[in-house]
Amino acid sequence: MKFNNNFKRQVNHPMSVTQQLINNQSYKLKTTSLTGILVAGVFFADKCRAEYGINFPPPAADVAQEIYNIHMLTMQITTVLLLIVFGFVFYSLYYHRKSRGFQADQDFHNSWFGNWSWVVVPVMVLGVDLTIAGKADAVLKKVWDVPKAENILDVKVTGHQWWWEFDYLDHGIKVESRYVPEKESGDLYLREVDNRLVLPTGQKIRFLHTSADVLHAFWVPELAVKKDAIPGYVTETWAELNREGVFRGQCAELCGTWHSRMPIVVESVSPQQFATWVDDQKAIKVAAAAEASADKTWSMDELMAKGKTLYDTKCAACHQVTGVGLPPAFPALKGSAMATGSIEAHLEIVIKGKEGTAMQPWGSLNDLEIAAIVTYERNAWDNNTGDVVQPSDVKQAR
Amino acid sequence: MTTTTLNHDEAHHHDMPTGWRRWLFSTNHKDIGTLYLLFALTMLFLGGASAMLIRLELFQPGIQLLDPDLYNNLVTNHALIMIFGAVMPAAAGLANWMIPMMIGAPDMALPRMNNLSFWILPAAATMLILSFIVPFFPGGGTQINTGWTLYPPLSVQVGMSMDFLIFAIHLLGISSVLASINIIVTLLNMRAPGMTLMTMPMFCWTWLVTAFLLILVVPVLAGGVTMLLFDRHFGTSFFDAAGGGDPVLFQHLFWFFGHPEVYILLLPSIGVLSHVIPAFSRKPLFGYKSMVGAMLTVATIGMVVWAHHQYTIGMSLGAVTYFMIGTILISIPVGLMIFNFIATMWRGAMTFETPMLFAVAIVLMFTFGGLSGVMLAVVPADMQYHDSMFVVAHFHYVLMPGAVFGLFAGVFYWLPKWTGHMYDETLGKIFFWTNVIGFNITFFPQHFLGLAGMPRRIVDYNMMFTEFNVISSIGAIIFGLSHLLLLYIVIKTIRGGKKAESRAWEGAKGLEWELDSPPAFHTWTVAPQIK
Repeated sequence: MKFNNNFKRQVNHPMSVTQQLINNQSYKLKTTSLTGILVAGVFFADKCRAEYGINFPPPAADVAQEIYNIHMLTMQITTVLLLIVFGFVFYSLYYHRKSRGFQADQDFHNSWFGNWSWVVVPVMVLGVDLTIAGKADAVLKKVWDVPKAENILDVKVTGHQWWWEFDYLDHGIKVESRYVPEKESGDLYLREVDNRLVLPTGQKIRFLHTSADVLHAFWVPELAVKKDAIPGYVTETWAELNREGVFRGQCAELCGTWHSRMPIVVESVSPQQFATWVDDQKAIKVAAAAEASADKTWSMDELMAKGKTLYDTKCAACHQVTGVGLPPAFPALKGSAMATGSIEAHLEIVIKGKEGTAMQPWGSLNDLEIAAIVTYERNAWDNNTGDVVQPSDVKQAR
Repeated sequence: MTTTTLNHDEAHHHDMPTGWRRWLFSTNHKDIGTLYLLFALTMLFLGGASAMLIRLELFQPGIQLLDPDLYNNLVTNHALIMIFGAVMPAAAGLANWMIPMMIGAPDMALPRMNNLSFWILPAAATMLILSFIVPFFPGGGTQINTGWTLYPPLSVQVGMSMDFLIFAIHLLGISSVLASINIIVTLLNMRAPGMTLMTMPMFCWTWLVTAFLLILVVPVLAGGVTMLLFDRHFGTSFFDAAGGGDPVLFQHLFWFFGHPEVYILLLPSIGVLSHVIPAFSRKPLFGYKSMVGAMLTVATIGMVVWAHHQYTIGMSLGAVTYFMIGTILISIPVGLMIFNFIATMWRGAMTFETPMLFAVAIVLMFTFGGLSGVMLAVVPADMQYHDSMFVVAHFHYVLMPGAVFGLFAGVFYWLPKWTGHMYDETLGKIFFWTNVIGFNITFFPQHFLGLAGMPRRIVDYNMMFTEFNVISSIGAIIFGLSHLLLLYIVIKTIRGGKKAESRAWEGAKGLEWELDSPPAFHTWTVAPQIK
């Protein structure tokens, strides 16, 4: 794989002019010295949001800002503590060495300090601990308590191997979000998807997390939201976006082969734009439903064309565009008994999945989509069975 | 208190066996200690090789060397080999060698069990290695792509190599529990007359606490993976919501073991430090009693904060608050330990031989790792750090200095005692500097990667993460190759070198330094009297 050496990093966050100026300056900082970066990271973090990133990206929600603040606070406290420890150690290393003729103080541990340090030190550390815990506790309550606002927007986030499904429960809209291969995503490789999670600003959003197969985790740094998607259970988080922009995250819980290919892209838009987007999505959905339910007999070519598009998006991650799969985890379809044998068995495995494997049920697709995929699988890659599966066959098989 | 005194004549009936019988049938604590250490050294190189492959893959964005499943297989094996194969056996090797010599006992209390607990290890390691290579044979199923945490449902999808791994964990667990029982019995019953619990060497204390921790938590892991085995093959659904189970239950069982495991890896090295720092500062350990107290506190609190590894699973507000505060409080005893080490160095007359260099590096770098641990404990901020490269950086800063450097310090400190030869100090120092510098170049940049949004356990990443990954991989090459020097130094010292005196180091204190270097095959056959 070749990459452009002159990397252009994503700068999709709408930023003020001053902020961009600052960023351009700090970009020159580059990697002169690691210590320099640590110090800079701690004390000038605002200036150091350079494109290659050494700290959190600028938060896009008030709670995320508070999380950012507590992160900076603990980092500063711990840095000060670290400097104190380093200070004492290096002082001692320099002065209390035999080569300088220093005589060991054999009674040091019998001094007042030696007798009471076991009380003094823990009390001091406790003080620091309580400072951190107290600040954290206040923020924690805000993060954890999902508000009960009337007009809260519910989005069900379902993790799949290896894509995300977003259900807008209030609008009856479903968005399937998949990674885009490098040749289309370019510099946004592994950070771009085909369909984004569109969300309005200024409205409280509740995310309901679950999974269709294994554990996943939804993570978008700008929202400071991270929650595991657990099959059979629903967990919740919330956010309220305070600015428009495109925010990128990734799946954060190891979910198998293509864990690295589960980006999450949030597109934050104004409420008006969001309303327009919702209407568009509804219209598309109505049109698709009408097409699928039409009592029409489809030709082989129509089904193959539809089937190829659907297969390449939904099935190719595992079974590969060429149909050869990635055995033993993902069996080949090309020339396989499943794709060239009984149509009923083929339909059943697509609709119901196969337990104990990564093959999930695809029954939520409509009859036409399944018919197209199965027809495609039975005729592509020299499978050439000549079988044409119609939506009516799928309806029967359900 | 019971003490064992062997009759002088009786001891001489045990001739030193020769050839393979000496090792396979060994009941001698020194020979078994050597076996443990050699086993750990072998595993260190296996685990290290897998880490080097991981870092080579991450050198550039894109998938160059490893397919994603092989990558995650290596990630899994790297962790398991290092924890169960390298660090724990190395610590057990030190315990076997040193505890009887330190407390004036002729051997471990249960020598035949000692033999068994070692010889289970090669079998377990074979199972572990089989779990890695079985998928490459026809019909071998899929690779273990779950990470060492083995979370279901992903671990239920994996092919038969997961079963090899589960049985390997069972064997490793049996071996550790047997070794722990032996150490506890030895420490409680075989101390020389006059040596009380509160005057025994600190290394013995750290191992006493470690052994109790092992006995308390290893069976929980064994139970957890057995339930996993049942879910995989016998139709139970402990971890499957569809059958009334809960995938998160496994995480609780795993981390109930996994968090105390951190202290199991750490404490023996803290014990080594408690000998090395006083020896090279030429003054006694500062705060013996507070050290013991701190250790017991760490072990106790450490047992009840496991769920800070799982802040994102959706626990209640009350639960996460508890786990957050409990975790932050661990900084108190750990802080006290670090403080005691610094106070031991303070106003000492320090020299900087290789063991002391490692000790100083531990004090500095372990403090750093501990402090990033405080950051991770803060739940709201952990919503960003969790499962990112920041975590990877953090736990390597805790476990490399905290556990592995402590073992290096112990090896260099006691190598003259074991072999009768001084190691080459110049080479030792070169090893120290390449090792520590390589380590920091490898892991320091990973903090930034995590903060910027790079998840852990991904085989491929966006170009925005390139710079720090390149630096990290270059560091890893330096770090990894530096261990060849360690191997060379160890072999060279075994084969010859300047003759070591019985008290190899000027400031070294303790019964082990009263014995010859190398010590006789059987030592302390007459127990010393402690005033």
